[in-house]
Amino acid sequence: MGFETIFGPELGTLALACACVVALVQAVLPMIGAQRGHARLMRAGATLAGAQLFCLALSFVCLVAASVADDFSVGSVAANSAIAKPLAYKIAGVWGNHEGSILLWGLILALCGGAVAVFGRELPDALRARVLAVLGGTSAGFLLFCLLTSNPFSRVWPPPMDGSGMNPLLQDPGLAIHPPILYCGYVGFAVPFAFAVAALIEGEVDAAWGRWVRPWAVAAWAMLTCGIALGSWWSYYILGWGGYWFWDPVENASLLPWLTGTALIHSAIVVEKRAALKIWTVLLAIATFSLSLSGTFLVRSGILNSVHEFANDPTRGVFILTLLALVSGGALALFAWRAPVLMQRAGAGLFAPLSREGALVANNIGLCAICAVVLTGTMYPPFSALLFDRAISVGAPFFNLATLPLAIPLFALVALGPMLPWKRGRTRALLRRARVPLVVALAALAGAMWGMVGAVPIAVFALGVWIIAGSLADLAARVLAGGWREAGARLAHLPRGVVGAAVAHLGLGLTVLGLAAMSQARTDIVAVQPGQEVDFGGYRWTLDAVSEAPGPNYSARIATISVREGGRLVTALHPAERRFAQGAQTTQETAIHTNLLVDLYAVLGDTAPGGVVLRLHVNPLAPFLWLGALVMALGGGLSLSDRRLRVGAPRRAHPAAGRRLA
Amino acid sequence: MRRRVLFAAPFAVAGAAGMGAFAMLRRMPDGQFDPHAVDAPVLGRMVPDFALPALPPGPGFDAAALRAQPRPVLVNVFASWCVPCVEEAEALLALSTHLPVWGIAYKDPDAAATDFVRRTGDPYARLVADRDGLAAIDWGVSGVPESFLVAPGGRIVWHKAGGLTAADVERLARGQG
Repeated sequence: MGFETIFGPELGTLALACACVVALVQAVLPMIGAQRGHARLMRAGATLAGAQLFCLALSFVCLVAASVADDFSVGSVAANSAIAKPLAYKIAGVWGNHEGSILLWGLILALCGGAVAVFGRELPDALRARVLAVLGGTSAGFLLFCLLTSNPFSRVWPPPMDGSGMNPLLQDPGLAIHPPILYCGYVGFAVPFAFAVAALIEGEVDAAWGRWVRPWAVAAWAMLTCGIALGSWWSYYILGWGGYWFWDPVENASLLPWLTGTALIHSAIVVEKRAALKIWTVLLAIATFSLSLSGTFLVRSGILNSVHEFANDPTRGVFILTLLALVSGGALALFAWRAPVLMQRAGAGLFAPLSREGALVANNIGLCAICAVVLTGTMYPPFSALLFDRAISVGAPFFNLATLPLAIPLFALVALGPMLPWKRGRTRALLRRARVPLVVALAALAGAMWGMVGAVPIAVFALGVWIIAGSLADLAARVLAGGWREAGARLAHLPRGVVGAAVAHLGLGLTVLGLAAMSQARTDIVAVQPGQEVDFGGYRWTLDAVSEAPGPNYSARIATISVREGGRLVTALHPAERRFAQGAQTTQETAIHTNLLVDLYAVLGDTAPGGVVLRLHVNPLAPFLWLGALVMALGGGLSLSDRRLRVGAPRRAHPAAGRRLA
Repeated sequence: MRRRVLFAAPFAVAGAAGMGAFAMLRRMPDGQFDPHAVDAPVLGRMVPDFALPALPPGPGFDAAALRAQPRPVLVNVFASWCVPCVEEAEALLALSTHLPVWGIAYKDPDAAATDFVRRTGDPYARLVADRDGLAAIDWGVSGVPESFLVAPGGRIVWHKAGGLTAADVERLARGQG
């Protein structure tokens, strides 16, 4: 018997159903245990989370097996795979469609539950039990959705001879790993959400809660950052439009939880250090996961008019909306009911404006304001159609105009925040610490005025340099506080959290530089014949030849372009057009040459009389956009390795709650 | 009390958004809510002036002919090179048994357009060719296919950008009864 006969689709469905039942039990038993102070019921949560994870992993293996074995009697495989597809994309194709991606959602949610069960052993039993129960409930809802409306294992009869392929645009390594990472980010915020709901039920949020919730939020945030960056990079080099962010509703749907998630990881610091902003942090945790969920809902229901659309199915939409109402609506109702209880326990926190916590509050206000703007711009078209019966579209000009004035002060603040002490900062001390980066930023401003066009890009460029210089200066000040001799020892003992924050801010600086520079990108569309030369963007582009080449499941037309700068050959670009036999689709293979400072970007267009049409782009600092995002995520990873979080995470000062809300 | 209201605000906002989304989902299947709808400036106005060459075998039509019609007419803008036009052909044929469907071939060589019409079953009682696409600009056409329902007298009362579906046909046919 082969692998795929053992791990058949029926076993997959069975495992999925088992996981759903286990998740339901996981939602109920540990919660009862926590309410009644029953230790064994509380501990059952971890076991159930492990069982749920096992069932879902088994189910997922079955789906991969069906796809690899070309079992076209399985509906989602028949619709999304084909015999001629390379093996790697048969595997990646499992989550490239609606049904499989929902199963992946469930699997990642179960992974989060498993991680809480394993890494949460330091948590009070009651808190861990409640967190696992909330995760179980959320998971049960999603698995029910998967089983009832989008079962990836449902059979088709008669099975087709060959599958109807997969969108060739999606046959790309970037997109194969993009959804799992993005979903890790989306779903990862389920853990802070569960912590928030558990805290509302307990009626208790303290500094320890802030410390416990933060690593989960940081991990999810780092994943989401990577996911968004990958998606943006994918659209840059695959779609061949030369841009990196189009303010498309689906892109916005991923940006919204990122904005509130970024606010969350900052406000949780204030909870931990100053035991303030508790209720706000709880709300942010709920909002972040709710935005992740509603992003999925908006994409899958077809309410938003987007280029990325998945399955346009209003019945599925109604199901996810119900799920959303139960999960987010329930949490927000709980918030409305229980937050006043938290309020009574929280001391009134008054902050000095010039202090670390003051800066963090400003950060939260800025991020949430941007989030509100993006949310408004994204939701205005459907609501305008609903309420006023007017079809309108909101595009990049609105978003750029409305978010930039909010983002610029935020960028200015990023470098200052870490330089401020807690409780009370002094202007003079701040100025002394900010002196060097300020000088560097002013020098960058002068340089930008000479080399760039437009006041806003120049200002943003200088702010990018300011953020980078400020982060480095802050690190240097900490390392060099005891003179050069102690520097090595101080560097080794610097808390990873501090280094992580500095690295993440540095990454933001890099991205901001990329944003500013990309506003100076140039593009041109030319019709050329072989041998003809074009001068564009300071380079001489020569079309050497256009040739035909066969591929595994497509045939390609490839252009060879040599790019020279001052007579010296920089690179040869090979943009291509692939025509896929199946589905009569063609894709553009963009050719990009980068030296990290500038991208030379060429797209092959239609045939013109005697030659071809080429679209050429010169994109300065384009790689910084994604490099910066990766550095940001790396900073998050670094702070996760902080010693404080791993060893001897202190328990609550007083015995953990198990009998609250009796 | 003020604090209680403040804490309930997120729930209220989310609830309102959820109800809106539910209303959208309810209206989507029967075409009352279309996220892809394109603003049609001609909606509610009289048909614009135009005179286009006819494509045989039927007689052609112009603005005056449309305004003179005693019954509603569906004007369908299509092209032989457009895939959604092939997809909507069946719906158009079904519709042509309920009310006259008049076609405008958009930026299409005459031979390609007539060939396409023959292949898809010829739902058009009358057919004209907008070879350079200039008349389509006056109609405010955003893409092909696009359909306009012209009431007796020449007022454009309904419009859809994109292929007609069986649900559209049913609605339009009901409007006739």
